[in-house]
Amino acid sequence: MTQLILYNVFNGLIIGAFYALMALGLSLILNLSGVINFAHGGFLALGGYLAYVLIPYIGFWGALVVSPLLTALIGLVIERFLIRQLYGRDPLYSLLFTFGLAFVLEDGTRFVWGPETLPFSIPDWLSSPLSGQFFFLTGYRLFMVLLVTVAVIALFWMLSRTRTGMRIRAGTLDLETVSVLGVNVRILRNFNFGLGIYLAGLAGVLAAGMLGLQPTIGSELIMPSFVAIIIGGLGSLPGTLLGGLLIGVASGITSVFFPSATEAVIYVLMGLVLSVRPHGLLGEEGRF
Amino acid sequence: MPRLDKRTGDVLVWILLLTMPFWLNHIGGYTALGSRVLILALAAMSLNFLLGFTGVLSFGHAAYFGLGVYGAGLTIKYLVPSTLVGMAVGVLAGAVTAAVLGLIIVRLRGIYFAMVTIAFGQVFYFIAYRWNDVTGGDDGLSGWSRLPIDLGIGTLDILRGDQAFYYMVLVCFAVAIGIMAALLRSPFGRTLLAIRENERRARFLGIPVNWHIWASWLVSCTFVSLAGTLYALLNNFADPHDLRWDQSGDFVIMAVLGGMRSFWGPLIGAAIFVVLQDYVSSQTQNWMSFIGIFFMLVVLFFRRGVLGMIRRKTAP
Repeated sequence: MTQLILYNVFNGLIIGAFYALMALGLSLILNLSGVINFAHGGFLALGGYLAYVLIPYIGFWGALVVSPLLTALIGLVIERFLIRQLYGRDPLYSLLFTFGLAFVLEDGTRFVWGPETLPFSIPDWLSSPLSGQFFFLTGYRLFMVLLVTVAVIALFWMLSRTRTGMRIRAGTLDLETVSVLGVNVRILRNFNFGLGIYLAGLAGVLAAGMLGLQPTIGSELIMPSFVAIIIGGLGSLPGTLLGGLLIGVASGITSVFFPSATEAVIYVLMGLVLSVRPHGLLGEEGRF
Repeated sequence: MPRLDKRTGDVLVWILLLTMPFWLNHIGGYTALGSRVLILALAAMSLNFLLGFTGVLSFGHAAYFGLGVYGAGLTIKYLVPSTLVGMAVGVLAGAVTAAVLGLIIVRLRGIYFAMVTIAFGQVFYFIAYRWNDVTGGDDGLSGWSRLPIDLGIGTLDILRGDQAFYYMVLVCFAVAIGIMAALLRSPFGRTLLAIRENERRARFLGIPVNWHIWASWLVSCTFVSLAGTLYALLNNFADPHDLRWDQSGDFVIMAVLGGMRSFWGPLIGAAIFVVLQDYVSSQTQNWMSFIGIFFMLVVLFFRRGVLGMIRRKTAP
């Protein structure tokens, strides 16, 4: 029993790390540009599929590096020509637009790569369990947690220590002033969007290695990321991280005792958090 | 083009709706398609009560639509084989849920409001999807159908007569639309408009803004669940996808496409949407791409909607 719970808590942490990775990207874009990127799941799927295409040529490690970058590049282009036109308008329009984009991306991947689940090969030494007793601790899962941790630390380091990172944080608080101080806000938003999409692409490669690839992989992961952001509080990146891990563990534990409520439990959790703290765990009142 | 008087417009719409079963077949449609337009239009117009006239963006109305669908379906299948009781239960389920959840979300605004409504909507999708024994899970709830209604003086056979069902839908539509129109003309409705235009000013005037938004949310969700019950009766089937977020998006696009700022806008949007869907999905497998591109084009080039464009062209 202990092992079962441990297994599910660990599993929940992995899933939570996933949600967090995706939600952090969403949060970045939302904070600076006020756009709820519904298509984030589509970009995640794109990252996974691009890696699938690249692996025969440059191997798993090469794909892990290149595929998120390619995804981010596509994101940059889409921001430059389409999303940019929606800035400053009622959030209704960006919501509808990215909603449509999500459909196109999902249907596009289905059209190109087919609706079946594609196998995704990861290096053999990563897929074997580390010990007989803790059979669930495969190297890949451990590696995933490690990589997400590194990515999150790198992101927070970048935001707090580099010039661009500080500009992004400042822009979240008051974009107009940042612009007046001589920062090119267009480029800043463009870069920030790409950064968010990069995280989605990275999550996509990792997800593909664990779950296999199918066109709906993105739309299944997007809702929990929304919940992660809401629970953590809009505008707060540490909150998003916390929210992601929290709902991961919550659904992990629920899957032991009440498997059919695995998905629903995170929404119940959200309801509870919102009724106590209307602006999320770490959110500030008045920002959104 | 002469400017259409508002009253003439209203009369024109009602004449078209009343005679729809007689001309729809001649232009390549069928009566059930007309019912479908009417039902989805009711849903979109109810959403627009909140979206266009209170200025609050809900992206989760499919949940209440779906509660209506399942409320009616489950009641008729398991509890009482009566169309009217099924409808009452469906509407009640949607209204009560909306009233409770509304207390939580009414404190939020803008993006936050939209995200929370989306997320809450998903709970009901997962319940319908997972609770196999009762709801039929992914396959949907089948094995039941709408039943003739006993009116006392005679029975209305809505099961066999497509036209009879259409007129029943039209009656529900008219009542719901009438109530919403009357509400908008009342001081309550004027207050909603004031909140839409400038919430801070409304607050300073001493208007209990949250309470008004909650009430508007409740009205909107209640009529959306009414549309849901009718939708269940139309299909004799409950589909878990009626509860999903894509359905919410469909309602919003109908409202935007027709024109959010006009009362009849969502009806036009729903008609265009339903006819397109009927036609395109019979021609191609890639309905999703089509609708996706359609959404993007509407946002980029057609933000005012059909009626908004007409109004701007004809305005003096």
